[in-house]
Amino acid sequence: MKELLQKIKAEALEAIAAPEADLEEIRVKYLGKKGELTQVLRGMGKLTPEERPVVGALANTVRAEIESAIEERSAEVKAAARAAALKAEKLDVTVPGEEFPVGHFHPLDSVQKQMEEIFIGMGFQIAEGPEVEKSYYNFEALNTPADHPARDIQDTFYITEDILLRSQTSPVQIHVMEEKQPPIRVISPGRVYRADEVDATHSPLFHQCEGIVVDKGITMGDLKGTLEAFAKQMFGSKTRLRFRPHHFPFTEPSAEVDISCFVCGGEGCRVCKGEGWIEILGAGMVHPNVLRNCGIDPEVYSGFAFGMGIERIVMAKYNITDMRLLYENDVRFLKQF
Amino acid sequence: MNLSMKWLADFTDVSDVNVKDYCDRMTDTGSKVEGFEIMGDAFSGIVCGKILKIERHPEADRLVVCSVDVGAEAPLQVVTAATNVFEGAFVPVCTDGAKLPDGTKIKKGKLRGVVSEGMFCSIEELELTTHDMPGAIEDGILILQHCGIDNPTLGADIKDVLEMRDTVVEFEITPNRPDCLSVIGLARESAVSFDRELSLHEPVVKEAGDGDSIANYLKVDIANAELCPRYTAKVVKNVKIAPSPLWLRMRLRAAGVRPINNIVDITNYVMLEYGQPMHAFDYSCLDGSHIIVRNAADGENFKSLDDKDHTLDSTMLVIADEKKAVALAGVMGGANSEILDTTKTVVFESANFKGSNVRISGKKLGMRTESSARFEKGLDAENTYGALLRACELVQMLGAGDVVDGIIDEYPGKLEVKKIPLEVERINAFLGVELSREFMVDTLTKLDFKIDGDIISVPSYRADVMEMADIAEEVVRIYGYNKIPSTAFKAAADQGGRKPHQQYELDMKYALCGMGMFEIETFSFISPKFYDKLGWAEDHPMRRSIVISNPLGEDTSVMRTTAVPSMLEVLSYNNSVKNKNVRLYEMATVYLPKAEGELPAEPKRLVIGMYDDDFKGGKCFYKMKGYIEALMATSGICGVEYEAYSEDVTYHPGRCAKITKDGEILGVFGEIHPAVCETYGFSFPVYVADLNFDVMTALRSVEKQFVPLPKYPALERDFAFVCDEDLEAGKIASVMKKAGGKAVESVRLFDIYRGPQIGENKKSVAFSVMLRAADRTMTDEEADTAAKKIMKALGEEFGIVLRS
Repeated sequence: MKELLQKIKAEALEAIAAPEADLEEIRVKYLGKKGELTQVLRGMGKLTPEERPVVGALANTVRAEIESAIEERSAEVKAAARAAALKAEKLDVTVPGEEFPVGHFHPLDSVQKQMEEIFIGMGFQIAEGPEVEKSYYNFEALNTPADHPARDIQDTFYITEDILLRSQTSPVQIHVMEEKQPPIRVISPGRVYRADEVDATHSPLFHQCEGIVVDKGITMGDLKGTLEAFAKQMFGSKTRLRFRPHHFPFTEPSAEVDISCFVCGGEGCRVCKGEGWIEILGAGMVHPNVLRNCGIDPEVYSGFAFGMGIERIVMAKYNITDMRLLYENDVRFLKQF
Repeated sequence: MNLSMKWLADFTDVSDVNVKDYCDRMTDTGSKVEGFEIMGDAFSGIVCGKILKIERHPEADRLVVCSVDVGAEAPLQVVTAATNVFEGAFVPVCTDGAKLPDGTKIKKGKLRGVVSEGMFCSIEELELTTHDMPGAIEDGILILQHCGIDNPTLGADIKDVLEMRDTVVEFEITPNRPDCLSVIGLARESAVSFDRELSLHEPVVKEAGDGDSIANYLKVDIANAELCPRYTAKVVKNVKIAPSPLWLRMRLRAAGVRPINNIVDITNYVMLEYGQPMHAFDYSCLDGSHIIVRNAADGENFKSLDDKDHTLDSTMLVIADEKKAVALAGVMGGANSEILDTTKTVVFESANFKGSNVRISGKKLGMRTESSARFEKGLDAENTYGALLRACELVQMLGAGDVVDGIIDEYPGKLEVKKIPLEVERINAFLGVELSREFMVDTLTKLDFKIDGDIISVPSYRADVMEMADIAEEVVRIYGYNKIPSTAFKAAADQGGRKPHQQYELDMKYALCGMGMFEIETFSFISPKFYDKLGWAEDHPMRRSIVISNPLGEDTSVMRTTAVPSMLEVLSYNNSVKNKNVRLYEMATVYLPKAEGELPAEPKRLVIGMYDDDFKGGKCFYKMKGYIEALMATSGICGVEYEAYSEDVTYHPGRCAKITKDGEILGVFGEIHPAVCETYGFSFPVYVADLNFDVMTALRSVEKQFVPLPKYPALERDFAFVCDEDLEAGKIASVMKKAGGKAVESVRLFDIYRGPQIGENKKSVAFSVMLRAADRTMTDEEADTAAKKIMKALGEEFGIVLRS
């Protein structure tokens, strides 16, 4: 019987080791209820009481050995199969990913938002106002009476004699000052309209961002400090500003403000047309007449105001040479921002 | 304003300042320089020569060989085809290596076998015209003695011979400083900017003293003193019309003014030097020895100097004699009294007119002149007198005639001198600087302000200076804007930031971009034809738009009441350049008229537009709806309803929905009507959503509240059945929800199937219903009971029987 057990063991181990071994079949064949080992154990009754424990122990050992061999082999097979599967599942990581559409802000809005964030950081709020506006708010309140020569410079679109398309966002500042006594600290970004034919650098509709601060003790030095802080955040920390005297009806003193070219740093390049400077802002101390028109006493309060064209900044910043691209809205263009 | 530096030197000396530095400093002190030009810089190597001898060219009939003395040891040999040269002629000669304005370099060479060591020049090659050089011809060599240059230095640079050397600085003068539209005004600014002496010249006029008097010639009446505060005039007799001398022509040329003849040139010269426009009439053309400054009659005819006919109205001011208008005040003289070669007696007018009137008259008639451009900014009435004397002085200097004794000076509009207190501390506090009183006084004095104690008297030509802020500007522009220390303003308590609705708009833009959409910006004004393209009927109420009274063209003539056509235009453009699967949005303001004379409402619309290759079976409709649902969900706008909407002609009647919440309209979206698509060049469907962003803003949920997560599991029951094609899924779902009662957590449509085995006009739909009890685990029995109620309701409402 011992020999038989040894034989079964040898056969089973051989079968398990065979390359194409069906382990389940082997398990049934040797260890199943009708399996060979079971058959042997059934014949144990014929053995002497002395032999029985010896053979029994042997049979258990054989059983355990076969079981463990099957288990071992089974783990091997599984591992091989996993390895094969992993190999088969290998992907080409250089194939492009699934296209996922990502939209973009329009460059005008993206730059406007950037400006808003900078001024919000300095404690400004954003004021809004009508685009179709009363002439009073666009001109008279801003110290530009009907016979003022500056009325000619800005060719304005009129709806009626006293209703027009605002030619600047400054009327918003008047609304703000009419509603509230200082301290006032707002910017007013938005669309403005001037009768310029469309070409590479002109558009009858464009965007401005203007700002105003009115309080006790506001100085022209504060204006410079504020615009410098803005320009450094907007165009880079090395940006320098240059103020040139100018004339606007609604500020006195008035200034045009240039920034050092953010491309060449002031050496002169294509973007700044060799000047080293880019004209970007108009600014000044709020004209006392403007304050008076809003019921604010210029003997008590003073303020500064500034304004800039967003298109101009977008074009300079991204080196866009034709303004029309901004209103064409070609997706291939919009994608770039 | 083009400033000749030679002319400037008459009044102040900045000759040691490099021109670039001059320009920079002038810009810094408030006279903005646009650029400068060195006259004659475009050519070089051209000298004055005298033709000694002319011989025939041995090989060519059309050429001659000239021997030319250019002041060198030996004469040059020059071959030319010019026919107006002669022996003894003084001519400009390009020597070997000379450069012409067009970039050509002249080199010694051979012409048909004969050596030519140079070339003669025409006026064009010297950048001159026959106005600059009367006596010269256009298509020939410049013969200097024909232009009054009889004894030039041979070999001298032609720029010296023609007195051309000058530098012209171009200023952009702001409208508040008409006094700087003059050489004297800029000389004053230059002197202050560089701390130089300003030496102004007092004109000296020697009158004829022959017993004749202006009273024998002229009487002036100002009928409208408001529009004409001052009128001064002098008469010149025995006038000899001739070209002006070379130096004067060259100064006019540098300033960009065309020389005409001595009398006209004098008026222009004085205008440029004093900033005071002048006019000269032919006295013989005046009827009645009487000048009347009056308003024109309505419909009065007037032919201006440039031979154009105008019809005047009664708001316009004219200079007239007893019968007719001879000039449109401040704008242009009349053809009827023009200075001609035969003119013998001249009236010089130096007057002051109200700026706004000149501006409006000029604008109405489409006329803008050097004169009106100055007057319209408001000139100084004090200036007329000196300018008039200067003109007479020039008449004598040029020998152009005899100045008749006496002057006419009607001055009804004399203004008082403006006085402003000098507030040193206030100015310093306003500017954020610490300037001394001495500096302020010194600067203001140099700028011609008179200071007496603490009172500043403002020069008459500085109408722009009214109060402290203006004085502060005068001081600080000379001190230097860039020297003001930069400071941070003292922040008061209120906080910066976006208002909630502004933050919401920004959040929505981020959401839209996250969905793969590109933001667009389109014009607010459109063509009324855009409404036609939308398919709107003639009487569509939304056609009523804000109309621009002076548009650039029809394309931008009305303010849009809808932003949908702008979106369709952009979609169409993108399609035309073959951009695929486009998704766009615009936060668009529209302009809705209210009552006459009132400002329009300016609501904001969120317009989304898209087209896609994958559009079959209305697939894009559900993509668009998905975007909208996502936006509503992000905004926390719940209970949004979508109902079929076939009344908007712009949309496909079967593929359009109205979006509402509690009866309030959030917008409309759908497939654009095929007919509309066609007008925009689309051969496939395009989808647009037109959302009322103001309503979205109002309905969004601002305060979020936490809802506890469910504690007990849910049970799911699926329902599949066949129903009529026309039965809307939304209706079925709401019946199911209602029938299931509280236990129903959600009803989700997960399949629609159409096919031959279902039957014509039928569809098979499948819903999944989630059932849950809040306080315990729901049993199968409870779920089955709810499911039965749902089936029963479906049967009762729609006659639907569940598919087994």
